Amino acid sequence: MKIQVLGSGCSKCEITERMVRETAQRLAIPVEIEKVKDMQRIAAMGVMRTPAVAIEGKVVHSGRVPTADEIGAWLGAAR
Amino acid sequence: MDMHIVPRDHRALTLVAAAVVAWGVVYASLGAFADAVMRASPFDRTTHFGDAVHFFVYEAPKVMLLLVLVVFTMGVVRSYFSPERTRAILARRGGVLSNVLAAGLGIVTPFCSCSAVPLFIGFLTAGVPLGVTFSFLVSAPMVNEIALALLFGLFGWKIALLYMGLGLSVAIAAGIVLGHLHMERHVEDWVTALPKTAAAATPDEVPFGARLAAGWQAVGEIVGKVWPWILAGIAVGAGIHGYVPEDFMAGLMGKDAWWSVPAAVLIGVPMYSNAAGIIPVVEALLAKGAALGTVLAFMMSVIALSLPEMIILRKVLKPRLIAAFIGVVASGILLVGYVFNAVL
Repeated sequence: MKIQVLGSGCSKCEITERMVRETAQRLAIPVEIEKVKDMQRIAAMGVMRTPAVAIEGKVVHSGRVPTADEIGAWLGAAR
Repeated sequence: MDMHIVPRDHRALTLVAAAVVAWGVVYASLGAFADAVMRASPFDRTTHFGDAVHFFVYEAPKVMLLLVLVVFTMGVVRSYFSPERTRAILARRGGVLSNVLAAGLGIVTPFCSCSAVPLFIGFLTAGVPLGVTFSFLVSAPMVNEIALALLFGLFGWKIALLYMGLGLSVAIAAGIVLGHLHMERHVEDWVTALPKTAAAATPDEVPFGARLAAGWQAVGEIVGKVWPWILAGIAVGAGIHGYVPEDFMAGLMGKDAWWSVPAAVLIGVPMYSNAAGIIPVVEALLAKGAALGTVLAFMMSVIALSLPEMIILRKVLKPRLIAAFIGVVASGILLVGYVFNAVL
């Protein structure tokens, strides 16, 4: 599963990436995480608030650090 | 505004009501607390050091309490707004009224300066005019809950409201002027080349308890981040209170020194501090004879314009537009300073 974490390197974006990685590991779901830092790409994906998370190219969340439960729900739904 | 109250929310509401009552009781006993600390301490209020200590033990808890209250309230209010929703509102309208609306929405829409660029792009590609976007971008960082809580705590509600009104006025006027300069071609070309997006916002149905939770989360995040700044600011302020002689600032930052307003803005623009650190210091300066207009101008330029923010915005704005942005906002702030010094 391809997951993108969008954000220009602020601390909240780092936390988001770590949480996505940990949650995927815990649920034993193989994921490929890409960090999107380029403003141009972030804007092109229609995101106005970082950190944001996209799964298989579709933005599922933006504006704050997600909770582990939320991440689990996205991963479960996309599997 | 519809409130989705579900049974589980009643518990949350009861908790909040209890917290508000507790808050009121603690706030009402701040003076007694400070006096008790002073009696228990070896310091005497008539000495310089004792005066500084008293200032700190009274002001620090007061400001922290107000901050918690204001940040919580704003956290709940902001859960009703999102940049997507604000964008949809602003894209529908035009004219001066939309500048007013944009500045107002700048206060209540969740905003972090780290997302200024994606937000700027999101607004423009959805058809929000450049000038209206700027009204939002000036008001959002300048009129923030930390500044308002500190002003309310240290200067009283009149000055807090005044700051809010003036901040909004500068944001509205700057947006109108920048809109009339027709500087659309000074937005970076790659931004202009982006496909237009529809400004749609899906309505969210969130239970009220979740909104209260958002308020608590805001308190944890914001107060958790700014408290060292505030304590440091109040400590410096306390030092100024205790040691700097009365009227010391009158010559430097007083009404009669005409050059003090532009000097305050010139010093303030490149300075980077958040409201939390600067306001307690500013309060102390005011108490030592600095003029209110000069002090407000200094504070606004520190908070509204900063070098790091300009560097971030440079990604989407060409140098001429950045210069125009700084120039217009700084002029507005300058005007605020002079008007205040003249009127009061």
